[in-house]
Amino acid sequence: MITDEILAKYDMTIGIECHVQLATKTKLFSGADNDARDKSPNSVVSPIDFALPGMLPVLNRGAVDLAIKAGKALNSSIAHVSRFDRKHYFYPDLPKGYQTTQMYQPIIGVGVVHVPMEDGSIVDVRIHHAHLEEDAGKLIHNGNYSLVDLNRAGTPLIEIVSEPDIHSSAAAKAYASELYRLMTYAGVTNGDLYHGNMRFDVNVSVALKGADKLGLRAEVKNLNSFRSVERAAEYEFRRQIEIVEGGNQVIQETRGWDEAKQKTSSQRSKEDAQDYRYMPDADIPPIVLTDSEIAEIQATVPRLPGQWRFILRQLGLEYLPIETLLDAENEFRGQINILKMIEDVVSDTKKAKFIANWTVNNFITLLRGEPTFKIGSIDYLALEVAIYELTDANKLSSTNAKILFRELAVMETLPDVEKYATDKGYIQVSDEGSIAVIVDEVLADPLSAKAVEDLKNGNDKVIGFLVGQVMKKSGGKANPALVQKLIRERI
Amino acid sequence: MITISDIIAQIDSTSAREVIETALAKARESSDYHALLNLTAERALERADAVDAGKITGKLAGVPFVIKDNFLAFGAPTTAASKMLENFVAPLQATSVEKLEAEGAICIGKSNLDAFAHGGSTENSAFGPTSNAYDKTRVSGGSSGGSAVVTALDIVPFALGSDTGGSIRQPASFNGVVGVKPTYGTISRYGVVAMASSTDVIGAFTNNVSDAELVISIMAGRDVRDMTTLPNFFEPLAETKPGLKIGLISDFMAEGVDSDVRARVNEYVAKLRENGHIVEDVSLPMAEYALAIYYILVPAELSSNLARYDGIRYGFRAEGVKTLAELYGRTRDQGFVTENKRRIMIGSYVLSSGFFDAYYLQAQKARTLLINQFNKLFKKYDMLIGPVAPTTAFKIGKNSSDPIKMYLGDIMTVPTSLAGLPAISVPAGHDESGLPVGVQLMGPMRSDAKLLALARSMESKL
Repeated sequence: MITDEILAKYDMTIGIECHVQLATKTKLFSGADNDARDKSPNSVVSPIDFALPGMLPVLNRGAVDLAIKAGKALNSSIAHVSRFDRKHYFYPDLPKGYQTTQMYQPIIGVGVVHVPMEDGSIVDVRIHHAHLEEDAGKLIHNGNYSLVDLNRAGTPLIEIVSEPDIHSSAAAKAYASELYRLMTYAGVTNGDLYHGNMRFDVNVSVALKGADKLGLRAEVKNLNSFRSVERAAEYEFRRQIEIVEGGNQVIQETRGWDEAKQKTSSQRSKEDAQDYRYMPDADIPPIVLTDSEIAEIQATVPRLPGQWRFILRQLGLEYLPIETLLDAENEFRGQINILKMIEDVVSDTKKAKFIANWTVNNFITLLRGEPTFKIGSIDYLALEVAIYELTDANKLSSTNAKILFRELAVMETLPDVEKYATDKGYIQVSDEGSIAVIVDEVLADPLSAKAVEDLKNGNDKVIGFLVGQVMKKSGGKANPALVQKLIRERI
Repeated sequence: MITISDIIAQIDSTSAREVIETALAKARESSDYHALLNLTAERALERADAVDAGKITGKLAGVPFVIKDNFLAFGAPTTAASKMLENFVAPLQATSVEKLEAEGAICIGKSNLDAFAHGGSTENSAFGPTSNAYDKTRVSGGSSGGSAVVTALDIVPFALGSDTGGSIRQPASFNGVVGVKPTYGTISRYGVVAMASSTDVIGAFTNNVSDAELVISIMAGRDVRDMTTLPNFFEPLAETKPGLKIGLISDFMAEGVDSDVRARVNEYVAKLRENGHIVEDVSLPMAEYALAIYYILVPAELSSNLARYDGIRYGFRAEGVKTLAELYGRTRDQGFVTENKRRIMIGSYVLSSGFFDAYYLQAQKARTLLINQFNKLFKKYDMLIGPVAPTTAFKIGKNSSDPIKMYLGDIMTVPTSLAGLPAISVPAGHDESGLPVGVQLMGPMRSDAKLLALARSMESKL
């Protein structure tokens, strides 16, 4: 039994390799369509991907550009000269008998990812390097035979290799999801996790706290969700401690993750490791980049999560709403630009803060919470700004603001918001004279007598009841702050 | 000796169909040389009729030619003279073939080679050797032996070959024809079964130099399908002015080289001097290591390039296998010839972890030294001269049991291959048994036109 006390004796060390499929139109070395989703098997395969005799790779410059953008997101240097190498092994999903990759001179150099944690701390994960390479095809095993689908063969990838700077399963998950945000914000990948756009290999080792040497590591391959990264790391931590506590040694091996059983299991040990016979690829000239070419491409990278966090913190937002906005940006990409709404009003701090909070609390809730809700063609920023202005002018109660937003959010064209609110009777009355009449009526009402008495005796809480009565009588139109003021004046 | 202009005159006076029928008939009559693996008769005759109907035009309209069978082409399987690709029908054509066809040339057949171009005698063909055009008991040379022989036998005025370490120049020398290995990257490699990516070069065999200039100029140029091609620089020169400085590589004129070969080279040198050129002895000490470098790097590259022949998607697949490993093992064992397997083994060995630095990297460094030595010579000399091979054509079977002896025959051709330099083999007479001897002209990168212009100017003076 592994108790918390035993766990506390150990440190976990994690390094993560992440494969990111690049959002290019065509494959890394051929003109075949790079989007294999919903395509029949072997229908997006060129003679190059099929590795016919005499075929030669033609490097897709679009993939190089995306790698350069990824480099910016990883705070990495970009190599002025990088090259391709061949990694050899035989498998039916690998048509050429080698994978074209970058072993010796990768395009993306040393970098760092600042990973925000929920408690407000930051975990810095250094990037060892990242390289361009091609994906393999897929095998479908069917009883006593297997089918080969080469649609994915030749899809461009970058493999991002971290240093072993991660020391908890929560940080592993946070790193994986931060990489996801970085790569999607930079436009490097479509980020479709279900279709394997990003896959993680997690290397885990344990050692007694204070030990000067890391333990032998196990690599859990091919995880395709942040949650599975966390669970697999946690599982390995406990499994390896159990081995060490039992007086045995962890063996260096590759393991797989069983999603159903929530367990890792051994796939192959280091002894079975293949000799890949790496060799420079003479068919592809080196990628040569100047500083100005790199700068030009990186200038097209939109604002990255780190920059957004800075802006949103400046507005006074905290961890959760900030991360909610950042994730919603990805979630609804292609439908609506969530962060653009805030960016458009950012020069007015008060307004921007309202829009940010409103978006988190009302718009995103609506987007996520109601399956029937479809984003229409109206200008949602204009709607939110109108609500901000009405609220700011004390013309709209927060309750009515929410109702108004819901009603207008589903409209095909946005009407004059104030006129609409007035017609619907949502505008609150701030005219002292007319409210005072209602206040007087309520205070005189025998139903209020006890509350008035309590309030006089210093029980301040009951004022809410009295304000509520006034609001009810006004049909929700009275400005509650004004109501309160008038009640206090009279008691 | 049949030339392209002879053929064009014949087409004008008769028809393309008649010319193609004649070429096909000659090819059939010469079948005992085993220079051709397959004829592309049906397609050739269709194209001939299209030429006669004026539907196909161009500089080579109706001119028959032969393609080495490691080029992907229509009309017959592309076998690379191997069991592995015995029934492989190409769905597309090599860029070089496409360019020739765009000028109206008509392929009449695919020629024999050492399987996957591994060899220097065409004896490694899975379908049997090709005989020398001058003596059927002797080898044609290789690996492009079939293409050299069909040119020498006047079946066609030109034929295509590939040269990785001498595979055009040596058979050209053995059969008394012109053989051109252009600067690396001059002609697209797209659609040619790859051997060694860093030294594979496409070239041609012809019966005179100007035909070679014409054929190379049609095929040359940047190809978007081959990233290693150079922008087109090849422009035949009208004439050669006297006063060229030429270095005679003394390392290639030493003991061990047939005296007849040396004598023919010396005669050629004498003629060069008579024509106002300056020839001096030069040394290329790194040449001694060229074979060692070549037989590390080329097997390494070809072991990689041949990894795709796995029996999964196309080509030969072994029967009766039970596991995936067995499928790979048996397919590759039965689909490749002994020499293919020997080179794959060497290549896999030198790339293995722990050996890569000692062999592959060391060889690459030595290759750089060799290139530097060439560059140094070309600061002083316009071009270099020497023999193509140490011997004339040897007897079939004489060297086939001794791979090292066979490899030694490449000693004069591999240095330029490793350096990517243009080199041509031109006929320079015969040995005492009447077998042809070639002389090799070598120049700096992109000096192809200069080499050919000199060779052309010397043609009438020999």
